Amino acid sequence: MSSITRTTPAPASVRGYRDYDRPLWKRVLLTREMAIIALLVIVVVVASTTVRGFGQPITLTYLILDVAPILLIALPMTLIMITGEIDLSVASVVGLSSVITGVLAQGGMPFELAALIALLVGGVGGAVNGFLVTVVGLPSLAVTIGTLALFRGLAVGLLGTTAVTEFPEFWTDLAKAKLGATGIPLVIIPFLVLLAIFAVLLHFTPFGRGIYAIGLSKETAAFSGVKVGRTKFILFVLAGLVSALAGVYYTLRFGSARGDNATGMELQVIAAVVLGGVSVFGGRGALHGVIAGVLLIGVLASALRLANVTSDVINIITGALLVISVVSSSFLAWLRTRRRSRRQSAGGEPRVEVSTAG
Amino acid sequence: MSTATTTPTSNVTKRLSAIGKARELGILLALVLVVIAATAANPNFLFSADGWRDLLLTPSILVLVAVGQAIVLITRNVDLSVGSVLGLTAYLTGRLFIDFPGIPIIAVFVIAVAFGGLLGMINGALVAFAKVPAMVITLGTLYAYRGINVLWTGGDRVNASDLPKDFLALGTEQFLMIPILTIIALVVLVIAGWYMKNTRGGREFYAIGSDPAAAELYGLRVTRRLLNAFVLSGALAGLGGVLYAARYGTINSQAGSGWELDAVGAAVIGGVAIVGGVGSVWGAAIGAVLLLTINRALPILGIPDFWQRAVVGVLIIGAIVLDRVLAVRQKRKLIEARDDS
Repeated sequence: MSSITRTTPAPASVRGYRDYDRPLWKRVLLTREMAIIALLVIVVVVASTTVRGFGQPITLTYLILDVAPILLIALPMTLIMITGEIDLSVASVVGLSSVITGVLAQGGMPFELAALIALLVGGVGGAVNGFLVTVVGLPSLAVTIGTLALFRGLAVGLLGTTAVTEFPEFWTDLAKAKLGATGIPLVIIPFLVLLAIFAVLLHFTPFGRGIYAIGLSKETAAFSGVKVGRTKFILFVLAGLVSALAGVYYTLRFGSARGDNATGMELQVIAAVVLGGVSVFGGRGALHGVIAGVLLIGVLASALRLANVTSDVINIITGALLVISVVSSSFLAWLRTRRRSRRQSAGGEPRVEVSTAG
Repeated sequence: MSTATTTPTSNVTKRLSAIGKARELGILLALVLVVIAATAANPNFLFSADGWRDLLLTPSILVLVAVGQAIVLITRNVDLSVGSVLGLTAYLTGRLFIDFPGIPIIAVFVIAVAFGGLLGMINGALVAFAKVPAMVITLGTLYAYRGINVLWTGGDRVNASDLPKDFLALGTEQFLMIPILTIIALVVLVIAGWYMKNTRGGREFYAIGSDPAAAELYGLRVTRRLLNAFVLSGALAGLGGVLYAARYGTINSQAGSGWELDAVGAAVIGGVAIVGGVGSVWGAAIGAVLLLTINRALPILGIPDFWQRAVVGVLIIGAIVLDRVLAVRQKRKLIEARDDS
């Protein structure tokens, strides 16, 4: 791994290249991630002051309980999308692991063991994706559309339209338990642990730098000694494992294992990740932005629901937010290049042309 | 990938174009096998008035949407909003008949198709001018259009009794044993197939999908073509919406949800490569028929239809693996040909 450290560009230098001659405060504050975090803060402040009941602990509890699976899955999805790949099968893995937990627990297996097997199945599912993408060399969008249908089909096939609702009370209570009187659900703790793991993995290890390198240029990364295939494979397995974990949580949270659990969640996760500043082309993004993106959608939904706005308007806002955020960033990039070329033609100092992916 | 764009100069290219044709032939063969197996298990699957009608009628609407999706995929983009566009135009169709009693059916068709085209144009403009990946844009409009749809219907829904009988008849009636919807889908398919194969515009879609940068350098009007592709996809989803209304009669706010993945799946099964430049609308159409026919065949073959999605998944994966194998073999042949000369 040490050779990777020396030869691949660190993410800081990747962004440094882009912001080469901008002052430090601009570099830190004027980023896509900061814009989303600022927007999140504004929405929270406005909602707390104008929407009755939004500031209460119970709102916070439900908000976190609701976004928890999306937060969880967004972690590995961020890494996968930074490599320029995508995983559409995550929500189907949630459903499959939910069903497997349910079927095994119904068959008399201890819940803990059933959940563990469900996690393993999720990992195997991720490995299937990873194998098809890295070894067979297929585009991940096509592969995971296939496994989306396959895993969902297995989930629905195993349980049909029935549901398993018998789970140990200890676990179902734990999934909804709160930390004392704060209103913050206990589920935040495993999430924070995973967040720490993924943040260190992405932002502080050679492996993480390799992820950015792959997204910027697969060929260059490979030449620089990044094991492109192995990295992607590991990420897909991680996505499968975390999605399965989210599936077990989902099952406990609603006390019901069903084949159609979390249908369509893949789109919610991807929307949040993109909103958080991750480029679909790869090579760009950071976890703090993604967390802010997930929370922004969650807070908006929860505040609007409290303000008696229907879920449909929330959908429109989610979609519009997504479109506006990507279009505006490419519009800003266009403005910047235009200003730059104008300054150049006016005889100013020449500046390095930058690519504006994103 | 240039099976379709190279000029037939040598034996090799001829052989290659044969492989390209075999791609659609293989899917067609799979479809025929499914139909034969289901008919053997229960002759009513094919040899009854209802069975025959359902066989042709059920996939007709998805065929239209898949053709539009195929065109967008060939330009190396994707349109995830087609399900929402279909739902929105289906409800628009219902509203037109309710709010303007006596409105001519043809006018409804024109309005709905134009409306679908307009929604597609919004996608296309955002993609082509803002240079933002289509996946993100159409994911956004998937939510937005669906939200507008739910907001508009507001828990309301259109019932068959709200629609004129003549219009509903379109969804069920047959002409010479062939359902009218199927005829409409076939006509669209033939036109789209001819356009993609023989016209400058169609060929340019392939050129753009094969190598967008080269197409730009060569002087093709990439922006305009992309806009066209999305307008076509939207308009075909809009046409699908009208036919959805005619076929099912009841339209709620969730009409067509999830169709985007079926449409992409159908195109992929039919040999349209997600990386652009490869495939045909014919393949996509056969893929759509196969997808929905399997759904009906499974229970007859003694497999609960809960497993349908799993079978579809295996099919999609099998199809793209097959594509990959063919591409690798083609590359090896090209290298051999180069070494020989």
